[in-house]
Amino acid sequence: MGILEIKDVGKRFGGLQALSNVNLSVHENSVHAIIGPNGAGKSTLLNCLVGKLIPDTGSVMFDGQSVLGRTPHEINQMGISRVFQTPEIFGDLTVFENMMIPCFAKRDGAFRMHAIESFTNETSLVEQAEQMLIDVNMIDKRNAHSASLSRGDKRRLEMAMCLVQQPRMLLLDEPTAGMARADTNNTIDLLKEIRDTRDITICIIEHDMHVVFSLAERITVLAQGTPLVEDTPDNIKGHPKVREAYLGEAA
Amino acid sequence: MLGLDKKDTALLLAVAALALFAPFILNIFPQNTALAFFNGGYPDLMQRFVIFGIFAIGFNILFGLTGYLSFGHAAFLGVGSYAAVWMFKLLNYNIVPALVLSVIVAGLFSVLIGWISLRRSGIYFSILTLAFAEMSFRLAYSVLTPLTNGETGLQVYSNDPQILMGENGVTSPHLFGLEMSARATLDLGPWEFTFPVGYYLCAILMLISLYLAIRIFRSPFGLMLRAVKSNQQRMRYTGLNPKPYTLAAFVISGMYAGLAGGLLACMDPLAGAERMQWTASGEVVIMTILGGAGTLLGPILGAGTIKYLENVFSKMNEALLHSWFSWLPDFIETPLIWVLSKFTGEGWHLTLGALFMVIIIFLPGGLVEGGQRIGRLITGRSRKASDTATKPAE
Repeated sequence: MGILEIKDVGKRFGGLQALSNVNLSVHENSVHAIIGPNGAGKSTLLNCLVGKLIPDTGSVMFDGQSVLGRTPHEINQMGISRVFQTPEIFGDLTVFENMMIPCFAKRDGAFRMHAIESFTNETSLVEQAEQMLIDVNMIDKRNAHSASLSRGDKRRLEMAMCLVQQPRMLLLDEPTAGMARADTNNTIDLLKEIRDTRDITICIIEHDMHVVFSLAERITVLAQGTPLVEDTPDNIKGHPKVREAYLGEAA
Repeated sequence: MLGLDKKDTALLLAVAALALFAPFILNIFPQNTALAFFNGGYPDLMQRFVIFGIFAIGFNILFGLTGYLSFGHAAFLGVGSYAAVWMFKLLNYNIVPALVLSVIVAGLFSVLIGWISLRRSGIYFSILTLAFAEMSFRLAYSVLTPLTNGETGLQVYSNDPQILMGENGVTSPHLFGLEMSARATLDLGPWEFTFPVGYYLCAILMLISLYLAIRIFRSPFGLMLRAVKSNQQRMRYTGLNPKPYTLAAFVISGMYAGLAGGLLACMDPLAGAERMQWTASGEVVIMTILGGAGTLLGPILGAGTIKYLENVFSKMNEALLHSWFSWLPDFIETPLIWVLSKFTGEGWHLTLGALFMVIIIFLPGGLVEGGQRIGRLITGRSRKASDTATKPAE
C-alpha cells in the first residue's frame, strides 16, 4: 500500500481522452518518476493530484484520504507540496519574506488574522525560515528581492519554501525544464540531498532522462494517457516498449 | 514605541507633528497679502485633508497591499455619512454613537459587496465594484428616499426624535459637549491662526488610523496581503486561501471609508447622494496613486495634495487672474487668461488630469518616489558607497 494510490483514473477533454485507466502506487519515502513523450498526459495527471483538475473516473488517495474535490490549498495542508515547471515564488517580496509565508501557512492553516504583531517578531518561525535558507545555501541572499534571483536560485528558493513546511510528499513538475546544464546538475544534487536527508516521498515528472535516471527508484512510463510499464530505472532503460514509445519504431 | 520599529515610529511622529502644527504651516502667508490666497489653514479645508487622509489610508490597505483596485469605495464613504446623520436624528448630536454606527454599517455593507465582487479579480473586480457603487448612488438618490432623503440630502430637522437630546442639548455635533465647530484663534501681527476642535479630533483619528495601518502592514496578515498581490497561485499551493485574506482587507478598507464618511457628517451634519458617485471613488484612487500606492505616507500626501490643489484652483476666477496678469500687454493677457481660466475654477479637473498624467508617466511610485529620488540625489554618494561595501559579503 503506497502513500499515494491512483486507481483507474480517467480524464477526457472533449474528444481527447487525456488519461485512461491510470493505476499507480507511490511508496512512502521513495523517489518515483513519471516519464513519457509529449502529450502522454503527465501534466494532466499531476493536475489531478493537486486539485487543479478533477478526473472523470477513478480515485486518488493520499495516505488513506481522497484528494478528489479538494482545493489546492486543502491538498497542500494534507502534506503535498508542489514545485512548478517555471518557479512560482512571490516575486515582489524578499527571499526571507518568501520563506515566512509557508511557515505561517504550516502553523496557522489556510486563513488566520494576525494583524497586530510584526511578523518578524515570530521568533521560532524566523529561526525555522533562516535554518532552511542555511540548508539550501541561500542565507547570504536573505534580504534580496526574490524577482532578482537567477533561475537556479529561484528554483532553490521554491523548493526551500516547499520543504520548510515539512511536507510528506513533494511533487515536481519538470523541475529542470529550460535550465542550463550547470543549473540542472545543481538541482539534481539538491534533490539527492533532500532524498537522502529527509523522510519525504518525491514524485517527479520529467522529460530529461539524465535527471530521472540519477534520482528515481521507480519509474512509470506514461504513453497516450495510460501507463505503459512501471519498473526500476535499470529495467526501464532497456525496455523495448519504452524505446518504442519514446524513440519511435526506427530506434 | 508602541510596538513599532524606529523607522515607523519616526514616520508616525512626523505625521503627528505635521498634523499638530498644520494650522501654522498652512497659514504661512500673512493675511491681507496677495499670497494669503495660497493659505489653506481654515477649518473646513484642514478637516478635509485629514478625513480624506483616513479614506486614502484605508483604500491603500486594499489597493496598495493586495493590488485589488476598487472603484466603489465612495459607496462606503456615503453609507458612513448616512449612518452618522441617522444617529444625529435619532439620538442626539454626540459624535461617538454616530462614528461607531458609521464604521459598523460600512463594514457590513463592504462584507456584502466584497463577498460578491471578489469572485472575480483584476479588471472584472474593478468593474463589479464600480457597478455596485453606481447602484448604491442611484438607490440613495431616488429609490431609498425615505432612508436618504433623495436629492435634498439627509439632514437633521427640528421635529426629529433625538431621544437623548434633553432640554438644553447642544444643537451641533459635539463630543460630550465639546462642539466640533468650536475654535480658538491666535493673532500674531499680520498672521492669523485658527485651531478648530473638529480638525484636531479628525487628526487624532487619522493618527490612530495610520498607526493601525502600520501595524497591519508589518503583520503576518499584511505579509499575506502582499502575497495575494504577488502570486495567488503560489499562495494556494502553499496551503493558503487567498479569498478570505482579500475579503478581510476589503472590509477593513471599507470600515476606514465608513469612518471618513462619518467624520464628514460630524463636521457638517448632512449627507448627500453625490458623496457616493463614481467620481468620488475615482478621487480616492487618484489620491492613493498620486501619493504612492503601497506606501504608508503616500495616501496621506496624495489626499492632502489633491484637496489643497482643488481648493486653490477652484477658487481662482477670471477677476483674480486679471489682477495677477494685468501687467502684461493686452494682446498676451487676453489669450493667456482665456487658456488659464479653462484650467481653474469649475475647470480645475483639467489641471488635476494633467498633474495625474505627469505623475504617472514620470513618477509611477507617486510623490513618495519623488521624495526618495530627491533624497537619493542629496545623499547619492554615501548610499552608493554603502552598497559596494555590503557586496563582498554575498
